Amino acid sequence: MLKINNLHAKVEDKDILKGLSLEIKPGEVHAIMGPNGSGKSTFGYVLSGREGYEVTDGEIEFEGKNILELEADERAKEGLFLAFQYPVEIPGVSNMEFLKASIDATREYQGKEPLDAVSFMKLAREKCQQVNLDQNFLKRGVNEGFSGGEKKRNEIMQMMLLEPKLCILDETDSGLDIDALQVVADGVNACRDGNRSFIVVTHYQRLLDYIVPDYVHVLSNGKIIKSGGKELALELEEKGYSWIDKL
Amino acid sequence: MSEVIDQYVKTEYEAGFVTDIESETLPPGLNEEVIRFISAKKNEPEWLLDWRLKAYRQFVEMEEPEWAHLNYPKIDLNEVSFYSAPKSINDAPKSLDEVDPELIETYNKLGIPLHEQEVLAGVAVDVVFDSVSVATTFKEKLAEAGVIFCPISEAVHQYPELIQKYLGSVVPQKDNYFAALNSAVFSDGSFVYIPKGVRCPMELSTYFRINEAKTGQFERTLIIADEGSHVSYLEGCTAPMRDENQLHAAVVELVALDKANIKYSTVQNWYPGDENGKGGIYNFVTKRGICHDNAKISWTQVETGSAITWKYPSVVLRGNNSVGEFYSVALTRNYQQADTGTKMIHLGKNTKSTIISKGISAGKSQNAYRGLVRMSPRADGARNYTQCDSLLIGDQCGAHTFPYIESKHPNAIVEHEATTSKVSDDQLFLCQQRGIDTEKAVSMIVNGFCKEVFKELPMEFAVEAGKLLEVSLEGSVG
Repeated sequence: MLKINNLHAKVEDKDILKGLSLEIKPGEVHAIMGPNGSGKSTFGYVLSGREGYEVTDGEIEFEGKNILELEADERAKEGLFLAFQYPVEIPGVSNMEFLKASIDATREYQGKEPLDAVSFMKLAREKCQQVNLDQNFLKRGVNEGFSGGEKKRNEIMQMMLLEPKLCILDETDSGLDIDALQVVADGVNACRDGNRSFIVVTHYQRLLDYIVPDYVHVLSNGKIIKSGGKELALELEEKGYSWIDKL
Repeated sequence: MSEVIDQYVKTEYEAGFVTDIESETLPPGLNEEVIRFISAKKNEPEWLLDWRLKAYRQFVEMEEPEWAHLNYPKIDLNEVSFYSAPKSINDAPKSLDEVDPELIETYNKLGIPLHEQEVLAGVAVDVVFDSVSVATTFKEKLAEAGVIFCPISEAVHQYPELIQKYLGSVVPQKDNYFAALNSAVFSDGSFVYIPKGVRCPMELSTYFRINEAKTGQFERTLIIADEGSHVSYLEGCTAPMRDENQLHAAVVELVALDKANIKYSTVQNWYPGDENGKGGIYNFVTKRGICHDNAKISWTQVETGSAITWKYPSVVLRGNNSVGEFYSVALTRNYQQADTGTKMIHLGKNTKSTIISKGISAGKSQNAYRGLVRMSPRADGARNYTQCDSLLIGDQCGAHTFPYIESKHPNAIVEHEATTSKVSDDQLFLCQQRGIDTEKAVSMIVNGFCKEVFKELPMEFAVEAGKLLEVSLEGSVG
């Protein structure tokens, strides 16, 4: 599904990723852990093609395609989804309008028939229900006045709607209480269908109790310095990030 | 990111026209002879010529105003021609095939029907086509209701007592430099009269008048809503209009008698100049309405065109319990400059006014809101609410707000809110990450920003206005 080889990237002339390699197969869940400033969020942005994040070396192959030349919106339409740590507000643009534009663009790119308004509404309402969001959300501005938990659930709802192949969850647990975390994790787990893959970027082990990974990678100074099974997260939790510096 | 934005704001105006100068055009310059010539050409009565001459004599004593936040070379009136004969049908394009394909593309993007495209592009159409018959049907319906809707030049002959009573009653000849100029040389425009208690059976649109007369650069409009009547008037259209004159100085006067209601909506999309700021229309407009007891006037405008915009649609709330509203979207890009806003003059008791202004600046443009709210000593219980929002796209444009508040009544309530925001990289990236390309994302964000104003526009107009912003912001990206 995803093959990353020796990835180097910089932001505003500062090297952040310094030779990151990672391979993900269909259906796998990979957790990326690491201390602040290790490059976790940058990794998500580079992968999804955000402007200003420049790849200086290495390759990213997604579904057998080199995606480095693709714009961010094209990568999204190829099936790459990033759930934001801090979803931004877009005042005046309703969620419904936003989702319709998103789904229309994606379906068009994938050569599918556009959804008619009725089917779209039905689908959107159904997904809202799954993440426990009131249907009034569809009428409100994108993330406008949403609580932290609502924003995150909204991200998961969009993920369910767009049915991507690979989902990157960027610190999805930050700012969530236990109940909200459970809802979000249930949403994610419901999307695990054996084909869809996940990269779960997180600071804490806590989230991984809810979304159980197949692999855990430790990112430090722009590189993966240790990989292992889900036990690695527990070990990390116990010994702290200072432990890895000694590795 | 700024590169991407740069590319957007560099979109070329899709209606760049160069046409040959017509034969029957007065040599440039302005003097009394020119005014007599114009008046004679229109076969005007003596009183109107005198009215024009009076305006001209006041005009020559006046100075061009310099207080606006606008920077342009002084207009040399000796280089302006003040009369040109209506276009000969032989010089017009014979069919849409002869019209700039880019213009046709814009029309198609805006979803304008074929026959309207022909009218807008100035195609010489000599067969009877749909819109003419539609216009005729509309005329019959209006006549049935007793509504008068005709060119003002025609009204001068047919309804002289109405014209004499109301022309210049809201915007006096010497009101300001450009109004005085317009009063002296006005070309043509619309005249509307709605009789007592009549609700005009349809939206009155200049669309249906285009093929009757070219209004020219000094348009003059007068709308009178008699007691208890209702009218909604639509000016301009979203499609780029073909126009060769650089200087435009229009005057619009609205009279809402007791309990009358006038809704005046404008979409202005004149040539804004090229990406280096060359060319483009200079638009100096005086629009004002007067409200008698319990009357209401509502201005809604969407301004995307012109190199220079100087425009302050205002309401004089003379009667008690009268209501004034101003809803505005002004979009500037490249080197466009806009200084626009409103004046709400509260004279009567319990008068209310609402001002919602949305300014969007992109490229190297400058966008200023200038508004006056005046509460007179007898405006007991008067209220105003003003909301002024600016949206910046890129980092080389400017947004400015100049609110003036004069309150001379102790219990008058004046509220003013203002915000400035930017289309942020975070917002654009969120959209892109959901598969929405940057172009579509910018237009969606801008449309969201303007929502409060668009909902005041008549339905079809609102849809068109949304599309217009989209086309105006369109670039070569993607």
